[in-house]
Amino acid sequence: MLDQTEGYMTADGRQIGPVVMEMKNITLRFGGVEAIRDISFDIREGEIRAIIGPNGAGKSSMLNVISGFYVPQEGQVFYKGQPRPQMKPFEVARQGIARTFQNIALFEGMSVLDNVMTGRLTHMKTGLFTQALWRGKAEAEETKNREVAEKIIDFLEIQAIRKTPVARLPYGLKKRVELARALVAEPSLLLLDEPMAGMNVEEKEDMSRFILDVNDEFGTTIALIEHDMGVVMDLSDRVVVMDYGKKIGDGTPDEVRGNQAVIDAYLGVAHD
Amino acid sequence: MGTTPVSAGGLSSIPALLSRNSKEFANSPAYREKEFGIWQGWTWAETQTEIEALALGLIDLGLNEGDFVAVIGRNRPRLYWSMMAAQMCGAIPVPLYQDASAEEMAYTLGHCGARFVIVGDQEQVDKVIEVQADLPLFEQMIYLDPRGLRKYDHSKLHQYSHVQDAGRSKADALRPEVERRIAKLDYDSICVMLYTSGTTGKPKGVVLSNRNVIETSKSSSEFDDLRQSDDILAYLPMAWVGDFIFSVGQAVWTGFCTNCPENAETMHVDLREIGPTYYFAPPRVFETQLTNVMIRMEDAGKLKQRMFHYFMEHARKVGAGILDGKSTGLVDRAKYALGELMVYGPLKNTLGFSRVRVGYTAGEAIGPEIFDFYRSLGINLKQLYGQTEATVFITAQPDGEVRSDTVGVQCPGVELKIADNGEVFYRSPGVFVEYYKNAESTADTKDVEGWVATGDAGFIEPDTGHLRIIDRAKDVGKMADGSLFAPKYVENKLKFFPNILEAVVFGNGRTECAAFINIDLTAVGNWAERNNIGYASYQELAQHPQVLATIKAHVEDVNRSVAEDEMLSGCQVHRFVVLHKELDADDGELTRTRKVRRRIIEEKYADIITALYDGSSDVSTTTEVTYEDGRKGSISATLKMCDAAVSSVSSRMAAE
Repeated sequence: MLDQTEGYMTADGRQIGPVVMEMKNITLRFGGVEAIRDISFDIREGEIRAIIGPNGAGKSSMLNVISGFYVPQEGQVFYKGQPRPQMKPFEVARQGIARTFQNIALFEGMSVLDNVMTGRLTHMKTGLFTQALWRGKAEAEETKNREVAEKIIDFLEIQAIRKTPVARLPYGLKKRVELARALVAEPSLLLLDEPMAGMNVEEKEDMSRFILDVNDEFGTTIALIEHDMGVVMDLSDRVVVMDYGKKIGDGTPDEVRGNQAVIDAYLGVAHD
Repeated sequence: MGTTPVSAGGLSSIPALLSRNSKEFANSPAYREKEFGIWQGWTWAETQTEIEALALGLIDLGLNEGDFVAVIGRNRPRLYWSMMAAQMCGAIPVPLYQDASAEEMAYTLGHCGARFVIVGDQEQVDKVIEVQADLPLFEQMIYLDPRGLRKYDHSKLHQYSHVQDAGRSKADALRPEVERRIAKLDYDSICVMLYTSGTTGKPKGVVLSNRNVIETSKSSSEFDDLRQSDDILAYLPMAWVGDFIFSVGQAVWTGFCTNCPENAETMHVDLREIGPTYYFAPPRVFETQLTNVMIRMEDAGKLKQRMFHYFMEHARKVGAGILDGKSTGLVDRAKYALGELMVYGPLKNTLGFSRVRVGYTAGEAIGPEIFDFYRSLGINLKQLYGQTEATVFITAQPDGEVRSDTVGVQCPGVELKIADNGEVFYRSPGVFVEYYKNAESTADTKDVEGWVATGDAGFIEPDTGHLRIIDRAKDVGKMADGSLFAPKYVENKLKFFPNILEAVVFGNGRTECAAFINIDLTAVGNWAERNNIGYASYQELAQHPQVLATIKAHVEDVNRSVAEDEMLSGCQVHRFVVLHKELDADDGELTRTRKVRRRIIEEKYADIITALYDGSSDVSTTTEVTYEDGRKGSISATLKMCDAAVSSVSSRMAAE
């Protein structure tokens, strides 16, 4: 096993840093239902870490634990070495964690640009009064935020829909807008909940390229949930496999692919 | 021809004109590009500095005089500058189609033996790297957008801005060399090499001299009174000769401003924001815009719809006349002015045509309804006829003499003649130097006296002097009964219907004509939506009985119109089939400029053609398709053969 502080080198020659987030013996229950049972794993700086598993394996619950939305009954989450207390969503955002949602949570009536700009909220320092006066500080701040938003719009190639209301966009583009909103927060840890769900092959390829580019260009640590195995194996550095709330595998895509428990979970076991 | 190595004002190269502009129009905008949501601009003085820095950097990297520099990417100021920087270094820029496959790119890069390649982004870098093993002469690659390229091996790869920085830092040492090279450029130096799209066979490299480019830019700018204050939108492929003449030739000659869109998808928004005064588009763009306007109008409220149709009818009646300066009654004028206020003005604004003073369409025939629609709005849309070998301009329509069925009179300095077989020949200062490394084709196309065969059949109208093009000369054939077969003539008539995207007519040497038809998914899809017709795929929609009935009605309309022309009445379409896939350049069925490649289509769809002629009622077929990323797949479908009624010339009235 790797030490907490040392990194490792990926197959394509990227240097991965020390652990930024660590799950220790996490158990999460909803009443009598045990969604996650005694799971431990870590996420290292600069890596693309995937959590996969069949439907109902507890992947989204796990992501919600990482994001701080759910507080596990047992076990602890360490972020940058510190045990994490219960937090409000905006406090999580201020820690440099941003996310997208499985079932898209954008403001449908607002334009793409406005939606993306909301992602800058944590970077806005001027108060209500200054904003109302507008000239001066607030204006400078808006200019700065718009600049960041435009860079991301350019990065994700959504210039053509900048002024389009989100409600009019197809699903694949909405997903991209959501990613844009998460990225303008300039997160150090990005959580993606099923970024490829419901996409066609071409859209999946585009999204994969964007995820790799984000990681490469901004050095963002990415944790993603996905059930499309092919995509995950191509994309991620290390994979956690879950089934029925338990961890059944953890390692590089190749290691996971050869893991019998994983094969059984995905393909089923013969009953004789 | 009297040939002098230097033009009148001593301005005998693009770098020389650039230097003049940087002094005379120093603070006027030269190039604009929308980036990060804002239009960024460069004046002529700034442009000159930027280009010089790049030229210095290129020399520093070892660019020699006479080298070829390939330029690949979408329209961006920095790529236009790359071409001009190459010229400053005495090298020859070769813009290539950015959507070409790696294989096609390997051919052109190998053919010209480019030592330097300047590209837009990672996509192009990857393509060149993929084929570089086959390019022994290729040495250095320069890219604009560093995204995704950080981990690439940079021994032969350089970022554009770094090359400029290196050039600036060594400016003192290298400037004399650049100046020496610029001074050596004269009217006969090679200005640019452009590859033809290649309707048949491999693309050919057309070599154009400074004389070709500057003379043509000068006379065409005068013909249309282009001004220094004009604005154009550069969005057509950089590899196409027209874009080179508009965005480089005419731009440096007159000093107008070239605006580059943010990317291909934002073109229509950018068009509205810039409001160009001089605009060029192939017929397809005008068609698409008109289709969109009509579709949007159907969604508009009743009052708006009535207003639109009322005023458009009036515009059709008097609009074109007013534009041509013909005398029009006071009442009609007043009504037109009201229409301008209520409908035409806002519509032109939405389309981005509010400021257009000169608009051109070329490349294909444009539907008369489409052409008249724009002209009736007061947009001075005209047609021109040209080709790469002529440095674009052969004929163009002067203001006041614009019609949809001719391509105008010869441009200043151009001579025309029609050969016995109907083929159009021309001679002009714009006539190309040669096809690169292809003396045989050069000799086939251009004779010793400088006459160039266009490959198009046409005739000059005796009373107006306007040229009319019938078809490609090699496509014109004979039907079995000896009557004339001109497929393009019929195809164009078919394509004028918004529901029909593409048509291919067969019949050379046969007793009757048959056609392939592609539906236009936007128009037909919209119709299906309105009429609650469900469909799961393009194939299913294409074969829907009601769609087939509509297309049949269109074909019969065309047959009636073709029958009116005695000479071509044999070209009526007896049977047709609606294809299960769109003809596509990626499958080799169209050229990159979307011209039909007949031979390839005939071979590929031989089974369907057989079915059209042997009387079968349907045919099952499987077609290989190539996806954008180069992977292959196949589509299977059962296609229905449809019969269409034909009209005979003599009994035209009876047939109706």
